[in-house]
Amino acid sequence: MEASNCFIPPTVSASSGSTHRLASAAQIPLVQFQAVSKRYGQLPAVEALTLDIYQGEFFALLGPSGCGKTTLLRLLAGFERPTAGRILVDGEDLGDTPPHRRPVNMMFQSYALFPHLTVERNIAFGLKQEGIPKNDIARRVAELLALVRLERYAGRKPDQLSGGERQRVALARSLAKRPRVLLLDEPMAALDKKLRQDTQFELMELQAKLGTTFLIVTHDQDEAMTVANRIAVMEHGRIAQVGPPVEIYERPNSRYVADFIGEVNIIEGRLISTTLERALIVTDSGGHLAITPGVDLAPGAITWVALRPEKLRIAAEPPRQAPENLFVGTVGEIGYLGNMSVYKVRLDSGEVWKAAVANTTRHADRPIVIGERVWVSFDCDATIVLTR
Amino acid sequence: MMGETAGRPVEGRSFGARVIVLVPYLWLAAFFLGPFLIVVKISLSQITMTQPPYAPLFDAAAGWEGFKAFLAALSLNNYATLAADPLYLEAYLKSLEVAAISTAMLLVLGYPTAYGIARAPRRLQAVLVMLVILPFWTSFLIRVYAWINILQHDGLLNQVIVALHLADHPLTWLSTDTAVFIGIVYSYFPFMVLPLYSTLERMDAALFEAAADLGCPPWKTFWVVTLPLSRPGIVAGVLLCFIPIVGEFVIPDLLGGSSTVMIGQTLWTEFFANRDWPTASAVAIVLLALLVVPIVIYQHQQLRELERGR
Repeated sequence: MEASNCFIPPTVSASSGSTHRLASAAQIPLVQFQAVSKRYGQLPAVEALTLDIYQGEFFALLGPSGCGKTTLLRLLAGFERPTAGRILVDGEDLGDTPPHRRPVNMMFQSYALFPHLTVERNIAFGLKQEGIPKNDIARRVAELLALVRLERYAGRKPDQLSGGERQRVALARSLAKRPRVLLLDEPMAALDKKLRQDTQFELMELQAKLGTTFLIVTHDQDEAMTVANRIAVMEHGRIAQVGPPVEIYERPNSRYVADFIGEVNIIEGRLISTTLERALIVTDSGGHLAITPGVDLAPGAITWVALRPEKLRIAAEPPRQAPENLFVGTVGEIGYLGNMSVYKVRLDSGEVWKAAVANTTRHADRPIVIGERVWVSFDCDATIVLTR
Repeated sequence: MMGETAGRPVEGRSFGARVIVLVPYLWLAAFFLGPFLIVVKISLSQITMTQPPYAPLFDAAAGWEGFKAFLAALSLNNYATLAADPLYLEAYLKSLEVAAISTAMLLVLGYPTAYGIARAPRRLQAVLVMLVILPFWTSFLIRVYAWINILQHDGLLNQVIVALHLADHPLTWLSTDTAVFIGIVYSYFPFMVLPLYSTLERMDAALFEAAADLGCPPWKTFWVVTLPLSRPGIVAGVLLCFIPIVGEFVIPDLLGGSSTVMIGQTLWTEFFANRDWPTASAVAIVLLALLVVPIVIYQHQQLRELERGR
């Protein structure tokens, strides 16, 4: 995520295509959801959802609770059966395959460690079911204990471990059988923030090292943005948008996605004129925005302009050279986050915008204070035009 | 570590908190330890034709010399009688046998019942548990008498058997070991089902999913996950049934025959028919020792196992 600096705003424009490094045309997807639906009685949890996940991806299912992301994971694990549609792994329809015969393993949100077994035997559990010789099991378990750095805890029971240690046991256990896909159900929900961030990076390293396909379910957008190389944002059992984090963030396809991922100012307006480079939008409160549309729009259409707070510039004096989009307002609230400050600016037209400014120096020469008049501006190509 | 905080004593407790902790100890001292010591004392006394029917009697007014004489009059000869007469040994063994067999039957019947209730839909569970407890709302004695009615020669059971042509003549049920087992299993069923149910019901369903996910077919999940994790419930149910069954008196007395003489009946005979309070007390003390010792050993082992894990 980029926070613009006060003088030279570096706006990122994602070039489409460059990010699809994983999916070569000939490659068949490792996991295919084909028009999968799941209803509980009359209640739809997943609706005609189609999604391909490729070998080696770290794929995130992101959405608020109740959007169907966990259901989708459970459908793949086999704990639920789809009401309609097919799920394929390696091109093979899993159909009625029971969970214990599926080539996927799951790391549970509650970890679901067996309380009566030691760490060692928890990890060995899956291997034992396969009837692998004892020596091989011992070797593999030692390998996994080293991988998650729990060698010293092999003989402990789960209730003698901390939350973070338990999480690592759960991870090792789910990796033991070398699944084709590792399913992670909110794997870091129970960790505190600092540990969660460390674990996120560890998880990424691990995934890169093993090359296993990871499918993670999370409601935490920061987590999804950090770990995943592709994200599916879900809404009411459907996929709102699929793409790499940059694309999801910089080119959301709907207000829902723009709003769900990160902070955003959404300004409703009507398109009054458009050329290829410039579109002029008049907002509900009468303001004019000059933007680079990026999409084909008919004049008169209702549109929404999404503007990330860090792409706004805020100044206590009018800029010497007036940019195209300049608004005047009063600072309402200031949120100091340490690395950046968020200003809530009430524009003279009545709208409230959020502007985020990176705190690049320890002491600003003259800090902006609450109630101060400020000039807010942004570049034409800093915005995203949304039609739904 | 999270587990360690649980057992740590709370420091700096207030006076009130100390008194509250004392209450259960006072209760146990007044209603368990006191009576227990009295029974121990009676078991060491001799039978007499007086009121109360044993000697010596403790007389605080007799002073130190009196107390020494009192101690000298106590003896272990009632216990010697128990050891010498095979009647008692047989009664003890019969009691343990009946308790062991019926507890095993209770476990075999109770576990699937508890499992079924725990897997039933939430709303149905309360109803099913209620159904298990419901018979308790009728007097125990009346229910045992009802079994006499069912099991007697022209009773309900024989009528059904003859009507279904399972046998061409009525069978003898009453006054047999079978009748005792039927009565005991029926009466103690809730004591087995309830602790098992509470253990099974609390089990995290994600554990079964995890087992399935790791390659366990459902039947195997039961053996390697469900059963080991329900051990606390099994232990509670077994203790809750086994201990009172060993000392059971009413059921074998009403449903059993002369062949089923359990220690409870021996105790009753000594106490009420022979008016031999000292021997009756000795029988009771031996019974207690018989039950307490294995339980203490078991708990000790549990504790050791727990400590080994730390």
